[in-house]
Amino acid sequence: MEKVAFNVQEIRKEFPFINRKVNGKKLIYFDNGATSQKPQSVINRLTNFYTNENANIHRGVHTLSQEATSAYEESRINIQQYIGAKHSHEIIFTKGTTDSINIVAFSFGEHLKEGDEVIISAMEHHSNIVPWQMLCERKGCRLRVIPMNQAGELLLDEYSNLLSSKTKLVAVTHISNALGTINDVKTIIEKAHQVGAKVLIDGAQSIQHTKVDVEALDCDFYAFSGHKLFGPTGVGVLYGKEELLNDMPPYQGGGDMISEVSFERTTYNTLPHKFEAGTPHIAGGIGLGEAFHFLNSLDIDQVEAHEKELLDYATMRLKKIEGIKFYGEAKNKTSVISFLVEGTHPYDVGTLLDKMGIAVRTGHHCTQPIMNFYNIPGTIRVSFALYNTKEEIDLLITALDRIIPMLKN
Amino acid sequence: MTIQEKEQDIIDEFSIYDDWMDKYEYIIELGKELPIIAEELKTDNRLIKGCQSRVWLHADLEDGKMVFSADSDAIITKGIIALLIRVLNNEKPEDIAKSDLKFIKEIGLQEHLSPTRSNGLVSMVKKMKMESLKKLS
Repeated sequence: MEKVAFNVQEIRKEFPFINRKVNGKKLIYFDNGATSQKPQSVINRLTNFYTNENANIHRGVHTLSQEATSAYEESRINIQQYIGAKHSHEIIFTKGTTDSINIVAFSFGEHLKEGDEVIISAMEHHSNIVPWQMLCERKGCRLRVIPMNQAGELLLDEYSNLLSSKTKLVAVTHISNALGTINDVKTIIEKAHQVGAKVLIDGAQSIQHTKVDVEALDCDFYAFSGHKLFGPTGVGVLYGKEELLNDMPPYQGGGDMISEVSFERTTYNTLPHKFEAGTPHIAGGIGLGEAFHFLNSLDIDQVEAHEKELLDYATMRLKKIEGIKFYGEAKNKTSVISFLVEGTHPYDVGTLLDKMGIAVRTGHHCTQPIMNFYNIPGTIRVSFALYNTKEEIDLLITALDRIIPMLKN
Repeated sequence: MTIQEKEQDIIDEFSIYDDWMDKYEYIIELGKELPIIAEELKTDNRLIKGCQSRVWLHADLEDGKMVFSADSDAIITKGIIALLIRVLNNEKPEDIAKSDLKFIKEIGLQEHLSPTRSNGLVSMVKKMKMESLKKLS
């Protein structure tokens, strides 16, 4: 597909939210780590599905059902090609990253035995901590944690020391939602494979910012959400290597995931349907395919360069604020700035920024262990997407310059 | 003054501000007048767990009337609590329990009551009423 040269003003025209006003001010949306806004093409795709194409999939002989099935399956192929999976049946539609991780924790987890070990990292989202704790409790396994340094970088030497023949799975985030750190997942995967462990990468914060190729990474599982990469909420993907997925028991029972059912015995459907019980989020899956179509029209390297420019510019401007402290200063980071200003509470800053039409996230960002590591209750997080501009950063600085003295007095 | 009269006073005070900035500056000022809870009373059972800002509340019954003191790590939250305490302090427990605190909405602070703000204000109001009910029993 032909890529258009990246131009932020042109991109913005594709996102109708830019016309939104909040508290009488033009909205500046800096909460992209939580969810992204949607391009018109994705909105149209959803509307068109419900207007003209709505039918259940994989079941009907009638035209509408066949059209819906084709659109849904085409979407799966779009995603497969974009992330470089070998087969389209390695793309499992899920509810989102959390759901994808839980599938692996439950189904792959069935193979684990007492004494086996699962490794996660110090900077995981609660979604990539709790499912593993539940698994460890269920199976009598041990959860180990790769530590990080003050800058928010994982200590890979320590990681090597944690790895052993007991390690069955390593589950690590590609990009930290709270710190912006881009982890060296390639090395993490290689090292795990050397001891025979499998690796799940939490990609919730990745595909919208950087090129992801699951085959080049050689990860065993890759989990992500649609809504953070310009697609609908309620739909996401679990990528898994064919042989692993085949070997795993189903996660949920129901329609679509079966081959034959009798009261004595049920046989399961093949991939990907084995993991897709019940009527899925059809419109969501199709809308997600459209989001990938949008991503595919972009040169992701140029997107990355634009976001890097935003990150560097915002960091440079924020640095001048008296009493500011950044959390997450990894050499290799993207699109996320977490900070606190001495003498102010993040809740107060977030409340007043909202009054000025600027949406940021405040709090612990579902990463309480990171907050405990730094011994802080939370941070103010500014997170960018491809449609953000330097002018918006200027307005953020102006707003902070007005707000901070108000809160400090 | 009744609870309603005190609420009306606050509504009148806020009516002079049409700019949100002035309004918040005033709330921040009010935060400084908050009857601060004694440090040794900042115990876990007096902590109201909001998602983002922490609030401690102490309630006592003196001569049949409730007396509150509180603190928070967020200054806007502190200002709003100061308003609540101004309205509910020195009132009878039964009057507090049945108060509807309409002034919060009237002065345009209803957003702080929405569950997504998670600033503990909702829990705060609930706690003040619960403490009052406890004194009744």
